[in-house]
Amino acid sequence: MKLTEEQVKHVAKLANLPLTSEEEEKYSEQLSKILDYIEQLNSVDTKDVEPTFNVSGQSNVMSEDTTVPSLSQEDALLNASKKEKGFFVTKGVFEEE
Amino acid sequence: MTQYEPVIGLEVHVELNTKSKMFCRCSADYFGKEPNTHTCPVCLGLPGALPYINEEAINKCLQIGLALNCSISEKSLFERKNYFYPDLPKGYQISQYRWPLCINGHIEVEDENGNALMIRINRAHQEEDTGKLTHIGRETLIDFNRSGIPLVEIVTEPDFHSTAQVKDYAKKLQQLFRYLGVSNADMERGDMRLEANVSVGKSNGHPKGVARSLPNYRVELKNINSFRFMVAAIEYEIKRQIIALERGEKLTQETRGWDEDKKCTYLQRSKEEAHDYRYFPEPDLPELILSKEKIQKLKDSLPKLPVERAQQLIEMGIPKNIAFASVVTVQRADYIQRAIEYSKARGVDMVGIVNYIINRNIYARGVPPEQAVSDYQTQTTNIISDQGELEKLAKQAIKENPRAVEDYKQSLLSSGDESKAGNPNAIQVLIGAMMKKTSGKADASKLQGILKLLLEK
Ligand SMILES: [Zn+2]
Repeated sequence: MKLTEEQVKHVAKLANLPLTSEEEEKYSEQLSKILDYIEQLNSVDTKDVEPTFNVSGQSNVMSEDTTVPSLSQEDALLNASKKEKGFFVTKGVFEEE
Repeated sequence: MTQYEPVIGLEVHVELNTKSKMFCRCSADYFGKEPNTHTCPVCLGLPGALPYINEEAINKCLQIGLALNCSISEKSLFERKNYFYPDLPKGYQISQYRWPLCINGHIEVEDENGNALMIRINRAHQEEDTGKLTHIGRETLIDFNRSGIPLVEIVTEPDFHSTAQVKDYAKKLQQLFRYLGVSNADMERGDMRLEANVSVGKSNGHPKGVARSLPNYRVELKNINSFRFMVAAIEYEIKRQIIALERGEKLTQETRGWDEDKKCTYLQRSKEEAHDYRYFPEPDLPELILSKEKIQKLKDSLPKLPVERAQQLIEMGIPKNIAFASVVTVQRADYIQRAIEYSKARGVDMVGIVNYIINRNIYARGVPPEQAVSDYQTQTTNIISDQGELEKLAKQAIKENPRAVEDYKQSLLSSGDESKAGNPNAIQVLIGAMMKKTSGKADASKLQGILKLLLEK
């Protein structure tokens, strides 16, 4: 199954990855191979098998509604590449979503 | 001319008032706090951090679902909604998609004429809030205190046909959240946010509300942070779309915002398809299995809701509008209830006391309900019947109403007989004057006698 250039561009956009046209070419090839590999799974008959979403076998693991101390502002911002007045700073985005 | 009918669906997001966040134990009391002081590795999306479900939030989401007449799913799962935006540190929001907690509910709303309409609730699901962005010039500041606050999303079917119905729905939901005590639901603070999808269909002579095919597009109104602006945006969209359809234009799926300065909506982006979010079950959170017993227990613990409480008042003989005004808030409904019980024990007219409290806005004055009942009793039953007091009042009335007194004396003279039947109208004028002075508390029959005596001396 060969991914089109359009599909690769779309996936790259969703993954927030800037790709050069060479990379697009390269990943189109590689992603297609990965898909083919995964495709093999489709040969298994799973008609009566419940999908497994979690391998712990647990359910209803919950916590009481109590608080514990948070990180200090200083610690929270420790790895920020840019900070200002206690805020993380990023390049401007329009208010959406 | 073609008849157009607006078709509107709503998504409401409400922040729950739990003590801690949805998937970590940071304090959820973030409003107005120093930025980034309520965070931890989980709500900052640091590598390796593991989420943990807050049980109280789940209970509150279920209460909302139950109050909206939803069915509760036996099995419920969280999923990752993947997208990139600076307010979302993990690169995904933990939400629900295919296995929401609550589905298929309904709520009744009214339009401006009081006509009732049933709105179907598609789902009420649990998710987490994002961080808060502040845009300053070419930079964006991020505060993650809000990141991970429990959020419930309530999605309706496209059953609204007017903004009056939308307004009533928002009001009723807000009232419901407050009755349940699950959220402060303050729209100004952003506790409760609205998104709408709006399209316009040809009604083709169908009566309103009758099933017909939906328009093949819808315009989403998003990121409108004031309820008033949302209503304005919906009204604008209805007009814009009708004009476009009349011109034969083809309308498409898109997201629009509201420009308050220009009073119009504007294009934000064409619609991303749902599968672009690449939802998949959250592997870090085991599934929720909700037993019938647990659901029943939650159902039994639901407080009496406004409609039910108003109904009880109506059955007591209280007019519908007064009954609904009595239950606007839990506090007011409780106040009225206390006043009713206190009145009952004392044989005071219960319908009268509720009318009195609502019509004179007694509740807002901070008078305790027992005091309100006493005041009401004084006004209606505590009649001034003291002879001296009444005589004083009668003399004052005679002094202040010379014309009525003259009329009365004239009528006495002209009738001239021994029964001395004076003009009854003149005496009524005098009694009326004193009733006004005493807020209706003077004993009218005694007064009449006293007045006659004084006038005929
Ligand atoms: Zn946290």
